[in-house]
Amino acid sequence: MDAAAARTINVALGNDENTAVMEMHFPAPEIEFTDDTVFALGGADFDATFDGRAVGNWQTNFAPKGSLLKFSQKNSGNRACLAVSGGFTVEPWLGSRSTNLAAGVGGPAGRALAAGDVLKCAPSSDLNKIAIGRSLIPRYSRFPTLRVVPGGEFDLLTALSERIFLNEMFTLTADSNRMGFRLRGEPLHILHAKELVSAAVTFGTIQLLPDDQMVILMADHQTSGGYPRIANIVSADLPIAGQLGPNDRVGFKLITVREAEVARRGFERDLAFFKTGRQLQKPAR
Amino acid sequence: MPSPDKYRIFPLGDSALTVEFGNDVMPELNRRALDLVHYFQHNPFEGLIEAVPAYASTTVFYDPVIVKRLSGGFESAFDAVCHLAERGVSDVGKTTERNTHVIQIPITIDDESALDLDFLSRFSGLTNEEVVSIFLGRIYRVYMLGFLPGFAYMGEVDERIAAPRKKTPRLKVPKGSVGVAGKQTGIYPLESPGGWQIIGRTEMQMFDAFGEIPCPLKPGNKVKFVRA
Repeated sequence: MDAAAARTINVALGNDENTAVMEMHFPAPEIEFTDDTVFALGGADFDATFDGRAVGNWQTNFAPKGSLLKFSQKNSGNRACLAVSGGFTVEPWLGSRSTNLAAGVGGPAGRALAAGDVLKCAPSSDLNKIAIGRSLIPRYSRFPTLRVVPGGEFDLLTALSERIFLNEMFTLTADSNRMGFRLRGEPLHILHAKELVSAAVTFGTIQLLPDDQMVILMADHQTSGGYPRIANIVSADLPIAGQLGPNDRVGFKLITVREAEVARRGFERDLAFFKTGRQLQKPAR
Repeated sequence: MPSPDKYRIFPLGDSALTVEFGNDVMPELNRRALDLVHYFQHNPFEGLIEAVPAYASTTVFYDPVIVKRLSGGFESAFDAVCHLAERGVSDVGKTTERNTHVIQIPITIDDESALDLDFLSRFSGLTNEEVVSIFLGRIYRVYMLGFLPGFAYMGEVDERIAAPRKKTPRLKVPKGSVGVAGKQTGIYPLESPGGWQIIGRTEMQMFDAFGEIPCPLKPGNKVKFVRA
């Protein structure tokens, strides 16, 4: 859900940026490190404490054998990412180490993790403390204005609906999860409503449902759909969207594809610089 | 008849675009979508992730950073991929169908598996046996995969037995269930919520995450249901 957090903490640890990470909702697990490890947290802030001491996001931490990581409070955001040096040992499927809950495949267990699960990872004793610069941390908010580009059916919105879409805020309902966020707000209307045959949709596609309310497709979205595609959240803003939860509110701002690409390139450039700098670090013992 | 030259291209966010050939379930539109997929499979560009077919459209997923870096002349990666897609669409002369052999899918139709057969009969005004006979009598085209891993959208179902989705979807449709929705038919590869009218069930594995071939069905395939 928050690929920026996942990739950035992986780079901080010296991992390939697409190394598998653990994504946690609150309440989050108590984790014991049964061997020397180095870990990093990113994304939501669940008030992490490590052997009693507060430990912040966006930095690497050395965890000696037997140490305990706990999360005591949901301060901000909805999904916290935990990465370990060398990554978790997971059997890939179709080129991925992710878990797909619907298919019951992937990840260490083919299901959500449960108390008692033991995850394997490579031991590490690197004492370097790497901190992630501010520019790489997404501008999270509970009430963000998300940048979007128009979708296939954006032009079919009535003039009034287009104004509503771009000026009002919409609330995430309780029906919001990894598959999609159901929004509640002023109803939107389409001219010449017609049945659409199924076509591809993607993470960030905003569809207009028959009840005139929208849904934002998220990380576990179904791959195809037949509802009108109003707009798509730009890739640079997906991490911000990925931290939203019920009762958060969103607004939308229309930008061009070109501007969206510029925003994305900005993040990639910053991450590439960070990666280069990180690679120059030698492990400290 | 859709004009062979007509299509529209629009962004699907900043990392994908869709080439839309029409808005209907028709073999000709689907063939154009598949042809464009094949074009990109044989003419990949740096930054291409995947070209995916749907009923009447093809969506091209790409890395906008890589594409922009390598296509200096264009204002955006979208413009560059658009240009390649236009070339791909015009490059295809005659549409040729590659897969002509028919895949047989065994189907059980009984009280336990044909959950909505009675509804289909009432809706069509035919007997259960007539509905089954008409359903089994057709060779179906696989138009696309979507919705769930291994879910093949197939068509077209005979008008005489076509029926709309259930008003209230089932919370759990058994794995392997064969469903009908409008003129589409499909098989649920795993247990899932769903609103299609269930006419039977197959034991055939529709999705194998670790298999050599994860899905036995591909767009363009022809399928016949055979009573198990």
